[in-house]
Amino acid sequence: MSKKFLPLVLGAAMGVAATSASAATLDDVKAKGFVQCGVSQGLPGFSNPDSQGNWTGLDVDVCRAMAAAIFDDVNAVKFTPLSAKERFTALQSGEIDVLSRNTTWTMTRDTSLGLNFAGVNYYDGQGFMVRKDLGVTSALELSGASVCTNTGTTTELNVADYFRANNMPYEIVAFEKADEVVAAYDAGRCDVYTTDASGLYAQRLKLTNPGDHMVLPEIISKEPLGPVVRQGDDQWFNLVKWTLNAMINAEELGVTSANVDDMKGSDNPSVKRLLGTEGAYGENIGLTNDWAARIIKHVGNYGESFDANVGPDTPLGIARGVNALWSKGGVLYAPPVR
Amino acid sequence: MSDTADAPPRASLLNDPKVRGLFYQVLLVAFLVAGGWFIVSNTAANLERQNISSGFDFLKNTAGFGISQTPIEYSETSSYGRAIVIGFLNTLLVAVFGIFFATIIGFVVGISRLSTNWVISKLAYWYVEIVRNVPLLLQILFWYLLLIESTPSPRKSVELGAGAVLNNRGFFLPKPIWGDVAVYSLAALIIGIIATFVIRSWARKRQELTGQQFPVGLTALGAIIGFPLLVFLITGLPVQFEYPVLKGFNYVGGQRLIPEFLALLFALSIYTAAFIAEIVRAGIQAVSHGQTEAAHALGLRNSPTLRLVVIPQAMRVMIPPMTSQYLNLTKNSSLAVAIAFPDLVANGQIVMNQSGRAIEIVGIWMVVYLSLSLGTSAFMNWYNKRMALVER
Repeated sequence: MSKKFLPLVLGAAMGVAATSASAATLDDVKAKGFVQCGVSQGLPGFSNPDSQGNWTGLDVDVCRAMAAAIFDDVNAVKFTPLSAKERFTALQSGEIDVLSRNTTWTMTRDTSLGLNFAGVNYYDGQGFMVRKDLGVTSALELSGASVCTNTGTTTELNVADYFRANNMPYEIVAFEKADEVVAAYDAGRCDVYTTDASGLYAQRLKLTNPGDHMVLPEIISKEPLGPVVRQGDDQWFNLVKWTLNAMINAEELGVTSANVDDMKGSDNPSVKRLLGTEGAYGENIGLTNDWAARIIKHVGNYGESFDANVGPDTPLGIARGVNALWSKGGVLYAPPVR
Repeated sequence: MSDTADAPPRASLLNDPKVRGLFYQVLLVAFLVAGGWFIVSNTAANLERQNISSGFDFLKNTAGFGISQTPIEYSETSSYGRAIVIGFLNTLLVAVFGIFFATIIGFVVGISRLSTNWVISKLAYWYVEIVRNVPLLLQILFWYLLLIESTPSPRKSVELGAGAVLNNRGFFLPKPIWGDVAVYSLAALIIGIIATFVIRSWARKRQELTGQQFPVGLTALGAIIGFPLLVFLITGLPVQFEYPVLKGFNYVGGQRLIPEFLALLFALSIYTAAFIAEIVRAGIQAVSHGQTEAAHALGLRNSPTLRLVVIPQAMRVMIPPMTSQYLNLTKNSSLAVAIAFPDLVANGQIVMNQSGRAIEIVGIWMVVYLSLSLGTSAFMNWYNKRMALVER
């Protein structure tokens, strides 16, 4: 009985998912009046709710920018907190319209899950955090150290490879949950705490004295994080991709949330095209021509978003580093609006 | 009963209790077999359909991750199989030591609860009530955090004398490195143990025949400790100690007990001891007070009364529930995963996450815990039979 019944149910479920996925997501979003955005369950600086339930963060800003572009209203977005395990299923099943949850762009995820990565909004990598009073300035001085980390992640393998490649003995102390790692590191069980660098900055805020700890300059893996959409809806894919590109281009062209209205009168053709005073670029992605101007006015350019959420003046205190524009020594490079 | 001639006329098969009973039993077995077959065949079919490979070949693959406590040689290039064996040995280590300490603490507390000394009995009472009413996981976390929070960093370690060092990376002891001639001392120890058994059985026989006692305890002390020590001195103290020394971030050398192991051992021993204490108390109280009075009437003092009359009888009551406690302790050791102790479950989980072989790993866990428990059970049953009342 089950052999016939189960495929039937599964088929029905997949049929529903397939129809919702193949239909134009933008039309659905416009019809319901908001963007359903998948975020983390609380990672300071990237996607974190405050005491009133307002979400803020670098990943949240991508969703808010989309809402601004489509509805001219940054609040036309609803957030779904997702665990690492749930995130792809939620997107595949159509429960969310876009996943913006510090998700690493890897080949397997891009090619075998029926998903598309729409760009990179934060270049991350695995790093090390130590106590300042240890007097360590480089990860290469960590020979013989005790290292705290999470089990079951690539972090554990990366750190083993790194110490082995540099011929340094070490002791790994691997916990199941991030909070357990923080508690053990804070209590002094380990000299080093290792995970993605952005995670280190975020978890540092949970330590008793965040100021006593520093993140070492070495990055031992590549973890590009970015928004993800379902495969098969190119219009929506383009919209997410160009929302991100618009924010990066705006920073490059010096357009900020403060000067965007004045910049509309600019003579610079690049600025004119971006802000929609010349050409009809917004119409090509199913939006109005002032789509980018709305994003910048309500959310700001990439640099503003970075500074407000994770930059040096925030509790996280992350320097731009590789996340600076290509013209300023980083790798952030958006194709032109043309 | 066997005489069918007197039996009442046969009722219809439907109402025959014998046939009915048989029918339901056959039905139950058929259901169980069908259910089992359904689960196994379905799992196999689903795995094949999803192109998930199965089998135990993956155990030969390179593990690639580090482990903090390795009783046998291990490096990142070792196999998954070896990582799981290390986890098994760590589980075994903590279980054996845990059972040992839990038994000792449990006996002391259990007997203390029956003490006529008000303070001692109340202390034992509160120990039992507090410890067994707090969840074990909390106790493990409590001991772990206490251990790493209250001890200093390696550079400010507490020197305990004789080369022992305590800090938040663990408890370091000097490690003895035995010289070649130390074998003679070991031989002396074995001879001493054998001699003690021989003397004990000789002394018992003599006491039964003549009533004369022999100081077996003192002789045993001499044979097991004194004799090997003497040999050790004569062969010129063939031992050197490797002392732990601060090097870089941490102490190296010596024998190290990691905080995860200590915390788990503390928590398991103390928790299980509370239950054992109650079993000991119940066992002793199960022995009729008349036995004690009779022993006193025969002129035995308190200590021999307890040792020779009460405890042997109490043991018969205590052993079966004690077995369950030992089994519980072994299985509870899997909570180690909360404090990063690399036991069977923790290492298995890492391998499972990295190789994706969930069914195989869970299978290994179940088989290992089952055989550990059946082994403990078999030993305790044997011991129980030996101690049980031989009825004539």
